[in-house]
Amino acid sequence: MIGFLQNVIDAISLGSLYALAALGIGLLFGVLRLINFAHGDFISVGAYALIVPPLQASADVTAQMFIGRWPLPFMLVATSTIVIALAILCYLLLFRYLKSSSPPTLMIASFAASYVIQNVLLIVYGAREKSVNLWPSLIQQVDIGALHVAKLQLATIGATMILMLLLTAILRLTPLGVQMRAAAEDFRMAQYLGVRSNYVISVAFAVSGVLAVAVSLLFVAQTGILTFQMGVPLMLFAFIGTVIGGMGSLVGAAVGGMAVGLAASLLQAYLPGEMRSFRDAFVFTLVILILIVRPTGLFPTRAFTERV
Amino acid sequence: MEPHRRRLETIWSPIVLIGIVAVVVALGQCSGAESVTLTINEMLIRMVVVIGVYTFVGNTGILSFGQVAFMCIGAYAAGWAAGPPAWKQLMLTGLPAFLNETQYPFIVAVLGGGLLATVIAALFGAAIIRLTGIAASIATFAFLAAVNSLYSNWDSVTAGASSIIGIPTVANSWVFFAYVAFAIICAALFQQSRVGLMVRASRDDEIAAKSVAINVVHVRLSAFVLSAFLVGLGGGLYAHFLGVISVDVFYLNLTFLTLAMLIIGGSGSLSGAVIGTLFVTLIVEILRKFEAGVTIQSHILGLPRYSQEIGLGIVLALVLVLRPSGLTNGSEIPCPFSRLSMRRSRSEQETLTSS
Repeated sequence: MIGFLQNVIDAISLGSLYALAALGIGLLFGVLRLINFAHGDFISVGAYALIVPPLQASADVTAQMFIGRWPLPFMLVATSTIVIALAILCYLLLFRYLKSSSPPTLMIASFAASYVIQNVLLIVYGAREKSVNLWPSLIQQVDIGALHVAKLQLATIGATMILMLLLTAILRLTPLGVQMRAAAEDFRMAQYLGVRSNYVISVAFAVSGVLAVAVSLLFVAQTGILTFQMGVPLMLFAFIGTVIGGMGSLVGAAVGGMAVGLAASLLQAYLPGEMRSFRDAFVFTLVILILIVRPTGLFPTRAFTERV
Repeated sequence: MEPHRRRLETIWSPIVLIGIVAVVVALGQCSGAESVTLTINEMLIRMVVVIGVYTFVGNTGILSFGQVAFMCIGAYAAGWAAGPPAWKQLMLTGLPAFLNETQYPFIVAVLGGGLLATVIAALFGAAIIRLTGIAASIATFAFLAAVNSLYSNWDSVTAGASSIIGIPTVANSWVFFAYVAFAIICAALFQQSRVGLMVRASRDDEIAAKSVAINVVHVRLSAFVLSAFLVGLGGGLYAHFLGVISVDVFYLNLTFLTLAMLIIGGSGSLSGAVIGTLFVTLIVEILRKFEAGVTIQSHILGLPRYSQEIGLGIVLALVLVLRPSGLTNGSEIPCPFSRLSMRRSRSEQETLTSS
């Protein structure tokens, strides 16, 4: 029983991470019909922001943190600023011109953006992995009854819940949020009714940037390693979460991301030994099956139905 | 129109394309440098793959991120067939005896790669081909990720994270050229065939196509399977080009490269696939030259490493923004002997990217 609860907590903490990343992807799909492959690279850049500016030679393995050693509020603001700037730059330089393109074109465009960002990271920081030690105190465990829970897991779950509540509040209560939801519902109609598309989409990119930073910090605190493609697997799982949840529905994205995290970590725990290494193959096969049974995801939105 | 003129029109574009590629190969042979030959060989293999990707993506209008998985499947099948038996018996204990104990010749291995990809495409395609639009793209993506994960962990059959080694290499450009010509002919025959026309009709207007009794699912599946066959052949060739194969070669970077080649050239036409491959290879080679450093009037002009990748990403983004139907604008090379060719090419501009 305790073992099971332990696994559930691991699963929820992984699921939270995926849910956060999925929210960032789902948000942009809502307003722009963009499946943003570059979201994974926003996550990578958020992590590399900790070691901005690049003080050391690219061959160094242990990275010198600069922004990463600032007090927490400053550090959050600085990393977020960097990633928000990147996200808005992506919009202004690329996606702005593709607003009326089809989803596949947008997908390819984000693939291109992702490729460029990854290689810029390579130029600046080199290909070698770097280790960083972020928030070492969070490794400690807290005992809840017979359960041992790492503080980091609690932080992950807590941060996810706070960000989700915040996002919901913004979307429900502020005029900007109403505009974003209107744009997600019917972009053209929203434009006719006076929603300024560039503004709303830029804000959506900025918010997805903030969500990406949250993921990068929590993820780096957990793994302690920076690589130029570190965001890619996170993006893949999150992206799958948004698909399972139903593209364009934010609740769906969060639930889907959580579901993928749960599935991945429970498969990891309960698959028989020799099957365990095929975990990802199982997860992706599951996704294909879900798509076949419910092509519009578990929480279908109008965004997904194709109009005649 | 007289029948012979129409026939000339339909074969004109593939013949010109094969001619162009032949000229490129011949020029490469003339230069005699080994690096040039290697570049051209790799380009020819990628061209087979891009033509294969085009056969599905161009004809159906459905973007697939999963075709490189078939390249992986083809390459590994070729590796199983053509790898040295002593090594296979040591490392790939999970292989059936007929593969484990024999070393098959090049052509058998490559065809085997194509066939295995075909079979798997038929099974997987039958399951997912009903999906439309973006759901289909996502399913193909999940397929790529699933195949990648399976092949990187199935130690007894794929050697897992290490590589299959000792596959005999082929260095003759004309061998690869023959496969390119074969792929061009296959793709051209398919898109002018009855089924091919039906696929293209359902790409342009699925509902209208259904209303004239086109079985959209069946014709799409046939495009998918043919595509996987060609891509699988490309994988088999790649195994014989590299001599060593590992799983991570066949993942996101190669997917990006092949899709970029297709879309830059123009995903709506076979000419787009061929010209896109040539163009992207040229761009990448030029950037690579600059990375190595170029001397202009005693100034050494060098770009940092990874510039070629960034350049490719920027070129793709520019094409998407400025010329969404690609360099060829989705039309085939017009036949100069036809009065209709100009008019027709204009009507074919409706493609994946502009839809």
